[in-house]
Amino acid sequence: MASGIEPGAELLRIENISLSFGGVKALTDVSFNIKRGEVRAIIGPNGAGKSSMLNVINGFYHPQVGEVWYCGEKRKGAKPHQIAHQGIARTFQNIALFKGMSTLDNIMTGRSTHMAANMLSQAIWRGTAEKEEIKNRRYVEEIIDFLEIQSIRKTPVGRLPYGLQKRVELGRALAAEPVLLLLDEPMAGMNVEEKEDMSRFILDVQSEFGTTIAIIEHDMGVVMDISDRLVVLDYGKKIGDGTPEEIRNNQAVIDAYLGVPHE
Amino acid sequence: MSPDVLYTIEVILNGLMAGVMYALVALGFVLIFKASGIFNYAQGVMALFAAMTLVGIQNGQVPFSHLINAIFGTHIHHFGWQLPAIVAILLTVVVMIIFAILVERLVLKHLVNQEPIILFMATIGLAYFMEGFGDLMWGSEIKTLDVGLPQGASLALEEYTLKWAAEGTEYYGMYLDKLDMVAALVALGLVIVLSLFSQYTKTGRALRAVADDHQAALSVGISLRKIWVITWCIAGVVAMVAGVMWGSKSGVQFSLSLIALKALPVLILGGFTSIPGAIIGGLIIGVGEKLFEYSIGPMIGGATENWFAYVLALFFLVFRPQGLFGDKIIERV
Repeated sequence: MASGIEPGAELLRIENISLSFGGVKALTDVSFNIKRGEVRAIIGPNGAGKSSMLNVINGFYHPQVGEVWYCGEKRKGAKPHQIAHQGIARTFQNIALFKGMSTLDNIMTGRSTHMAANMLSQAIWRGTAEKEEIKNRRYVEEIIDFLEIQSIRKTPVGRLPYGLQKRVELGRALAAEPVLLLLDEPMAGMNVEEKEDMSRFILDVQSEFGTTIAIIEHDMGVVMDISDRLVVLDYGKKIGDGTPEEIRNNQAVIDAYLGVPHE
Repeated sequence: MSPDVLYTIEVILNGLMAGVMYALVALGFVLIFKASGIFNYAQGVMALFAAMTLVGIQNGQVPFSHLINAIFGTHIHHFGWQLPAIVAILLTVVVMIIFAILVERLVLKHLVNQEPIILFMATIGLAYFMEGFGDLMWGSEIKTLDVGLPQGASLALEEYTLKWAAEGTEYYGMYLDKLDMVAALVALGLVIVLSLFSQYTKTGRALRAVADDHQAALSVGISLRKIWVITWCIAGVVAMVAGVMWGSKSGVQFSLSLIALKALPVLILGGFTSIPGAIIGGLIIGVGEKLFEYSIGPMIGGATENWFAYVLALFFLVFRPQGLFGDKIIERV
């Protein structure tokens, strides 16, 4: 689906999205786009609607107003698992791993969209199922090498420390070979060293796999360093959009972060 | 060996085999509960329905014959053939798969994200519907199920164990039911196949993933609805196996659906979310109730098998509510 989109061309376009839950407005008339191959950050104070935005992109939420255009096509009522098949993978703010399963199995689930063997073939473990299993297992090993988590391959992820769980979750998303990778606060709760590791992985993913990345992150230092362009949300509205340099000098953004008396 | 020791061994073996049968029913519950958080009250009726369907198909009964005859005034009852057991079993599997798809389409799909109690109520409705539907389809009379499983005591074992007793004591050998032995083997095979499937295949991983976290499963491209259909299919097949075993033992009749009640204490012991728990819980209850009946039963007037499992479950509810292997219940405050 995304094969026709050149790097630098528009991959995803959010058009006038408004989303509310009952009387609570999460997003109001938000528009922006994501270009293929860039790191696009979505920032804003707590409760600005950043996670809601990500949930709209991956189909968990369906906005009441507005359109989502992906790869030049308008999206119509797609379900999250269908959107995963279109090449959008994600991680979650509060890690959502399969806690009882090993690192390896968790990352293997990320390959779901690349496996098509039928039930019968799987049941007898012959033919397509066997070939597929071996081929995808090999790819997963590459991801494990890339993320330097060989030592925890067989460990149930529920037992891993927080930082490593975040990394496994990134691995699961990467295993899908996504066109667009959504990262919801991948560095929350990490120390400086772990943040540096994670930033390096994110930039490596961008350069090695050419993956487009949309990232939500609170650490301004990190965000300004790794992203190409930023969108700033505040109370569900877009208040800024541009390069890190432009955002730094944007008065509305500065006000939102430092707080000004509203008249 | 003294006959007493041998009797005890015999009681334990019988208990283990009875336990396997309980475990088989409990397994169906655990599969569905893990994948969708639904306590499927209809599991027992599914076993009954599967057994009825199997008998009906095998004997070439015309489905809904009473209804058809009542409406059209005809007198058809049988197609006039007798199918081999294996063909009948495969056709029954097909019926159970169709049933699983219908349950998802007609019931579960409309109740996504509802409270567990609502889903539970839905399965109660489903149970009563299936019971009536099964009667309408195949008739409500008691049927004998014969798929060629061996019946009666194993004489070979009886003779073999005869000489184990000490000289001069009165001992007539161990009495083990052949059907029970076959059932134990089949159940064991089923569990091995299921665990291999869930460990080493894509669908198996997806099943475990859905059991762990619905949102994350969706985000990697797993369709919950598809997984639910698959779980209900597997639970249907497990119900069929349980139905065949219990049906061969005591005939296919309404009381077959009550074996589900026997599975409840097993689940409380083993935990609702653990497959090994269901098996070990079943074995403990099987052995426990047989041993209790053998050792303490005579002192208090017998018939302890009827209540032993429930009392044991009650103790577990008080002292270990999550069961032996269930996920620990920790509430964050």
